[in-house]
Amino acid sequence: MSEKPAHLFEKTWRAHKVRELPGGQTQLFIGTHLVHEVTSPQAFAMLRELGLPVRFPGRTFATADHIMPTDTQARPLADPLAETMLSELERNCAESEVTFFGKESGYQGVVHVIGPELGLTVPGSTIACGDSHTSTHGAFGTIALGIGTSQVRDVLATQTLAMGELKVRRIEVTGRLRPGVYAKDVILAIIRKLGVNGGVGFAYEYAGEAVEAMSMEERMTLCNMSIEGGARCGYVNPDATTVEYLRGRRYSPEGEAFERATAEWLAMASDPDAEYDDTVSLKADEIEPSITWGIHPGHNIGVRERIPTPSEASDEERAGIEEALEYMDLDPGAPIAGTPVDVAFIGSCTNGRLSDLREAARVARTGTVQEGVRALVVPGSQEVSRQAIAEGLDEVFRKAGFDWREPGCSMCLAMNPDKLIGREICASSSNRNFKGRQGSPSGRTLLMSPAMVAAAALAGRVVDVREVL
Amino acid sequence: MSLNNLTSIEAVSGRACVLRGDDIDTDRIIPARFMKDITFDAMGEHLFEDARKAAKGNHPLDDERFLGSEILVVGKNFGCGSSREHAPQALMRYGFRAFVGESFADIFEGNCCSLGLVCITLSERDAEALRESVELDPEQVVSIDVSAETVTCRAGALSGNIPKGTRDRLIKGHWNATSLLLEAEGAIDRTAEGLPYVSGY
Repeated sequence: MSEKPAHLFEKTWRAHKVRELPGGQTQLFIGTHLVHEVTSPQAFAMLRELGLPVRFPGRTFATADHIMPTDTQARPLADPLAETMLSELERNCAESEVTFFGKESGYQGVVHVIGPELGLTVPGSTIACGDSHTSTHGAFGTIALGIGTSQVRDVLATQTLAMGELKVRRIEVTGRLRPGVYAKDVILAIIRKLGVNGGVGFAYEYAGEAVEAMSMEERMTLCNMSIEGGARCGYVNPDATTVEYLRGRRYSPEGEAFERATAEWLAMASDPDAEYDDTVSLKADEIEPSITWGIHPGHNIGVRERIPTPSEASDEERAGIEEALEYMDLDPGAPIAGTPVDVAFIGSCTNGRLSDLREAARVARTGTVQEGVRALVVPGSQEVSRQAIAEGLDEVFRKAGFDWREPGCSMCLAMNPDKLIGREICASSSNRNFKGRQGSPSGRTLLMSPAMVAAAALAGRVVDVREVL
Repeated sequence: MSLNNLTSIEAVSGRACVLRGDDIDTDRIIPARFMKDITFDAMGEHLFEDARKAAKGNHPLDDERFLGSEILVVGKNFGCGSSREHAPQALMRYGFRAFVGESFADIFEGNCCSLGLVCITLSERDAEALRESVELDPEQVVSIDVSAETVTCRAGALSGNIPKGTRDRLIKGHWNATSLLLEAEGAIDRTAEGLPYVSGY
């Protein structure tokens, strides 16, 4: 190789650079555009107003997830606003010849679950979607960008985006995770260390033995919450695990073309001597099952730790901790374990995949949901649901007292009937514990791994999942 | 909307409102339940709705000294979380045209640029000076000069930062990037042809 060593971000950016814009931003080609019902209708309307077609309909794929009810998805949807949004998406896709994965396709689901499942997410590609958790797709070694609706319009019209190049921080997780510690705990630990705005202006490259040992689904969980650390995107270098995941997927190449693709994909991985804007290291065996106690994902601690005390915090952190404790109504200095929960939610683009359900089911097999706790399991897609049912996981959950639902975003953000009520506390496998995030303006969220959520559902309070497993 | 109507944004002047606190997320700016709509038209009506209710009249947006302000002064990491453009749309439709803070979330800042809204960052010290100045004298006019990257208030002319690419798009009227991006038709096709996953392995 005579070329200067480069990391995956740089190689991918270079391959997709259409041109440099006058002010120094890049016009970046977007190989795959994923679309959902909440952030696209206004963009399609603007396109219509401009008289412009969708430039690459064959590279644009849509599904409905945010507003989908999870009890019954029979049409028309019970909520007329949700029905309007779904119908609008169907109309926009039909008029623009964009592939729509609706319920009849058998592949409907959370957009960040179905993209990889269908083989649409490939190493060295660029993906954009009007959704911040697009970062999930970085698990494949992809520059995956969450964008707003005006940018959705730009991508529909030109298949390109105007944006400034990001810096790259390599985050190495050395050694191996201990039992009961999951990818969710790793990303929470990273956000705790670097802060919720530590990643502003950066793409995160996750590396190290612990990351290399992760399955694709675990890597997706890791990359999913890059945005919660302020990073626009995060990625893992493609390797044999990535290639094996992609083999035989609906949009994956076949036969010799797959072999050619494999060579292309692996060549996009960061060169060993690539230079980074920053590097950070964490020890995997020091990471504990983690849980949030406050109002952003950086407010997290190990399950055996105590809730922070404002008087012991730095001047910079104190006001934030006081505000969080007031909203959460938790006792400073008390152990987080033992905190009572009212609701348990397993699902979302963070943790709604088959391996997540398997881990939660392992716990669910050990008991029954505590009386008074509302517990629901929402598979990330129809495909996840089918596979889980084939393994009998739905029965495991039902028998333990969990509600088994249809796929969708559900209680992660409550744009559908699944919501917290009043001051309820929810043990949640989702990604955001912001004030009011789960649908009640005063509702409270404790983020944790799906296994921890299942354990909390059985105990009716926060427990260390390692005591159950 | 038209493709050839380029409006340059070189300055924003107006009264300002101070919203204290860091990490104010887009769920707080516009709760998700109000996004069940296929247009942005009604977003301004629900700006900070839950936060305002919870504050029982003590939210800065309900402080009559700040009524009619066009510049919002914030803290660190404003607009974090969801990529929803509904957040800057709600702020814009409520009447804000610019944001001054210590830092902004990447996606929020990009969304603001697409709408011709100015985000300018100041050092922690200068941001606090601005907040104190505006709280002391909310009647004053605060001025943002985009190319000079300054915020001028009674505390003085404070030197700030707007990323060069964003600054250029605001000044040249390409904050709505569609027409600029469409110029590269041929180059877009050539880039696509060079990508095996797009053109075929």
